[in-house]
Amino acid sequence: MTALLAGRELHRSFGSTSALAGASVEIAAGAVVAVMGPSGSGKSTLLHCLAGILLPERGEVVYAGCHLDQLSEPERSRLRRQQFGFVFQFGQLVPELSALENVALPLRLGGVARREAEQRAEDWLARLEVAAVGAKHPGELSGGEGQRVAVARALVSHPQVVFADEPTGALDSLNGERVMALLLDAARSRGTTVVLVTHEARVAAYADREIFMRDGRVVAPVAAA
Amino acid sequence: MSVPHTLLGLLEDGPHYGYELKREYDERFGRGRSLAFGQVYATLARLLRNGLVEVEGVEAGAGPERKRYAITDLGVTDLDQWLSQPEAPAPHLRTDLFIKVALALMSGRPATAFLDVQRRTHLARMRELTALKAHGDLVTTLIADYALFHLEADLRWLDLTAARLETLANEFAR
Repeated sequence: MTALLAGRELHRSFGSTSALAGASVEIAAGAVVAVMGPSGSGKSTLLHCLAGILLPERGEVVYAGCHLDQLSEPERSRLRRQQFGFVFQFGQLVPELSALENVALPLRLGGVARREAEQRAEDWLARLEVAAVGAKHPGELSGGEGQRVAVARALVSHPQVVFADEPTGALDSLNGERVMALLLDAARSRGTTVVLVTHEARVAAYADREIFMRDGRVVAPVAAA
Repeated sequence: MSVPHTLLGLLEDGPHYGYELKREYDERFGRGRSLAFGQVYATLARLLRNGLVEVEGVEAGAGPERKRYAITDLGVTDLDQWLSQPEAPAPHLRTDLFIKVALALMSGRPATAFLDVQRRTHLARMRELTALKAHGDLVTTLIADYALFHLEADLRWLDLTAARLETLANEFAR
């Protein structure tokens, strides 16, 4: 397997707290991988390093043959915008923009004309079953609606990789399931790679496989009987 | 729940008389449901027949209660195999999982590795159930959900146990 995205021997600390202590992971193109582990095991830090949001102090992150640490910050920023999509626990939508404008935003930043960007955003809102909320602002949306809008925004620019950090953490069971099903249907139909951080086993069960973290490292896979 | 393996686990610590095994079993794993003497001796007789235990000493007099039992090499191998085998992911596994964790800790085996394997086994089953939901009708979904929530509860217990292993190991140290 040639990995689309690989982190090798990653180390990262915050002050005296070591978040990553030699974490290694390889993710194939089109795979859906759940990152699990107790609080403080380094799940989110691993995601941030793989996505080029954080640089590791030691070790390397390679995406499609490109070493992220060798890029300048503007280059990394462009890579994130063009190749990656993000969904966080709390949608992190721009409060001043409508839902439709939020979804269209990545396209507008990528230079797509407003009319076309909003048309594509509308299609994605419909796909995520929230076509009716396009004109509303984030403050007027329910948790489930907001998270669907965030998923639409993450997918609208057809990213190669979607990074999702506890995407259903703030939702009730039914909404959480629906968001996961819609996110993964959309990702799988396009062959999008998904890196999903979650502490919930029912959410992780949507992935093709899980990696388990403990004390800043990925626990070596053990062959299950 | 596997009484034979639990007795083997207790014997690994050293030779025991049948009544000692019963007492120890009741204390550690009985939780209000004690093991019948008859079951202890029947189980020991079967383990003896299969070469997993041997009689190490016999007190004067007659009857099974006079015999002191010890685990054999074959018994240790059998116990190893049972401990490293994850439980089939069905709901309500507490007793079996707890006994395995306790015996692993008491014997200094790596309980963390056992919990990791069990977690993977559970998650593999949860993935199957989740896939079933994607293609099934609502009734299938509801049935799968029931199993998923129970397996998730097991997993949360496993994770909590993993987080408490050190404390638990001290409690089981002897």
